Amino acid sequence: MLTYIIRRILYAIPIVIGVNLLTAVLFFYVNTPDDMARKILGEKNVTAAQVDNWKRDHGYNLPVFFNTPEEGTAKLTETIFFKKSLPLLWFDFGRSDRNNIDIGGEIKTRMWPSLAISLPMFTLGLVLDLFIAMMLAYYRGTYLDLWGVVLAVVMMSVSTLFYIIGGQFLLGKVLKLFPISGFDTGIDSVKFLVLPVVIGVLSSLGIGVRFYRTVFLEEINKDYIRTARAKGLGEGAVLFKHALKNAMIPILTNVVVSIPFLFYGSLIMERFFAIPGLGNFTIDAIQAQDFAIVRSMVYLGSILYIVGLILTDISYTLVDPRVRFE
Amino acid sequence: MPVILATDLIIFFLVGAVLYFVIASRKVGTLKSVRRELGKNRLALVCMVFLAFYVLVALLDSVRYRDAVIDDDGASAVSEDGGVIYSPEALSLLDRALSGMRTRTEKTYSAPFATHSYAKESMEGADGTIVRDYPPLKYPRAHWLGTDRVGNDVLFTALKGVRTGVVIGAGTTIVIIPFAIFFGVVAGFYGGVIDDIVQYIYTTLSSIPGVLLIVAFMLLFGSSGYQGGLISEVHVIWRAFVLNDRLFWLCVILGITSWTDLCRLIRGETLKLRELEYVQASRAFGIGRLSIIYRHIVPNVMHLVLITFVLQFSGLVLAEAILSYIGIGVGPEMGSWGNMINTARLELSREPVVWWNLLAAFAAMFALVLPANIFGDAVRDALDPRLRYR
Repeated sequence: MLTYIIRRILYAIPIVIGVNLLTAVLFFYVNTPDDMARKILGEKNVTAAQVDNWKRDHGYNLPVFFNTPEEGTAKLTETIFFKKSLPLLWFDFGRSDRNNIDIGGEIKTRMWPSLAISLPMFTLGLVLDLFIAMMLAYYRGTYLDLWGVVLAVVMMSVSTLFYIIGGQFLLGKVLKLFPISGFDTGIDSVKFLVLPVVIGVLSSLGIGVRFYRTVFLEEINKDYIRTARAKGLGEGAVLFKHALKNAMIPILTNVVVSIPFLFYGSLIMERFFAIPGLGNFTIDAIQAQDFAIVRSMVYLGSILYIVGLILTDISYTLVDPRVRFE
Repeated sequence: MPVILATDLIIFFLVGAVLYFVIASRKVGTLKSVRRELGKNRLALVCMVFLAFYVLVALLDSVRYRDAVIDDDGASAVSEDGGVIYSPEALSLLDRALSGMRTRTEKTYSAPFATHSYAKESMEGADGTIVRDYPPLKYPRAHWLGTDRVGNDVLFTALKGVRTGVVIGAGTTIVIIPFAIFFGVVAGFYGGVIDDIVQYIYTTLSSIPGVLLIVAFMLLFGSSGYQGGLISEVHVIWRAFVLNDRLFWLCVILGITSWTDLCRLIRGETLKLRELEYVQASRAFGIGRLSIIYRHIVPNVMHLVLITFVLQFSGLVLAEAILSYIGIGVGPEMGSWGNMINTARLELSREPVVWWNLLAAFAAMFALVLPANIFGDAVRDALDPRLRYR
């Protein structure tokens, strides 16, 4: 098991390096430090001296990959790539371009508000998705199933934006159940979190229910289910004991990958509900064109995805003994 | 003088491809069965009518030309070197057909079919006194869905969003199809190192969060392109063609982030196909690899392309709205439902509530995405019943 995990992590290393190189090319070659300086200093009336100053202050005055005039290893180390991009590998995110804030520290503090909204959204959503999907699979072929699927397709055809705007209007403004947006720490945060969590769960319910329903239906048509029925098990036991266990692989494929992303937050939700999480941080950076933050977030997102893939593979071996550590 | 945007070509290609399928489905055997399956599904046919309407509107909005500038004396204006001067406004057939809606603007908000404005104003009465009342509209009962904050007709704005929605939904997949087929087939057919490289490329690309990759690309490339509105001579090449089209870049970038799924599917299918008897037989007959790929592999992965195309459509339309909402989608001058939502998002908190803008954007999107979802499922079921449970 341990060797399997280690090998799996070793496989991930080239991908991490690839992502690092790609972001470096994107953010330093395609969009050169000169472009960055001009965007931040204001497009008009910028002198070359101002650009040079800005580059020197922020450490962008070096060549990107290869510093020819230097001696020995300094040829490689005295470069933007080595100073700015490579430290990402050990999670040293550096400082932002605009306000010179410590990005790593900011990520650490903003991660928790993101988690506070995404964790309940994720667990509640998953439980509801699975429960409703199993109900529909249990009553397959009836009108309940038919209308459930119709409702799911209708729900997945509505943009998230409308769930948010409509939910804020209906639950926040008309019924006055919850504050429309905002955030607080400690126990007070609960009243701010209910609305985004409810809306988040609702907006993804359609896709989830439909996906898991097909997963269960596929299992239900297999031979071992017929055997279970033939030996006299009730439909409930068949569904919950046999079908659910065997449906774990597609469920895990879908679920485990997104667990690391819970720290990452959601761009749209956090923006609408003014939650000071990482999603909001990213959108602020996008609108301020702070490339150091965007680059860090791109890199962090990729790492979380790769971690999710590794976790998925490991979780397979836990639920299904047929999966070997090869 | 015609003006052709890069995204217009996507619409033309889409219409051409649809026409090709309609005609070919009368002759080609496999397509015939798809046609029969779809014909049995009445719901899918209804959805097809909706989709056809949207594509038609998009097509009308993609054929555009510039009028010559008319001088005061009635003749067309001529520049110093003798060429005719064209107006920078490239109006599409849709603009021209609905010119009433386009030009009849009010001062500000008005409700659907209203005769009077939304807000009270101080006006001079008939006897010279100042009264505060709702001013009558310039064009009472002319705006079926009301007008927005700057007085534009909401129905017209919603219709202008159709082209953007269709371009994003269809164009993204169209742009990536050649790459996905090439890399998928090559990786699956040749295997070995080539397969490893292709897999490495798409794993790396897919591990970068899609939204952020799009954001990064749009921040870097998107700012210089044609954003809608007036055509500036800078963007026009070969007198009539606009390649640097922001919407087109958005398609390409969305494509880069979404091609991995299709590529993976095609690779898997090719792995299966290359072991089949008829491929081995052609090999035994000494047919070259390239012609095996061309004759036996590519035609047999095309159904995956079609399925991916219809299934991705609705998700991409929804994604466009979100990107435009964040401010990295299409330009503000180009009609889009995301922009409509963005400008209208605070209108529900007005008193009285301005609901028609959001409702129009909602209805326009819903009436495209829901049929696209249902039709996509129907096409998938007709083409490949084995994929039904994916």
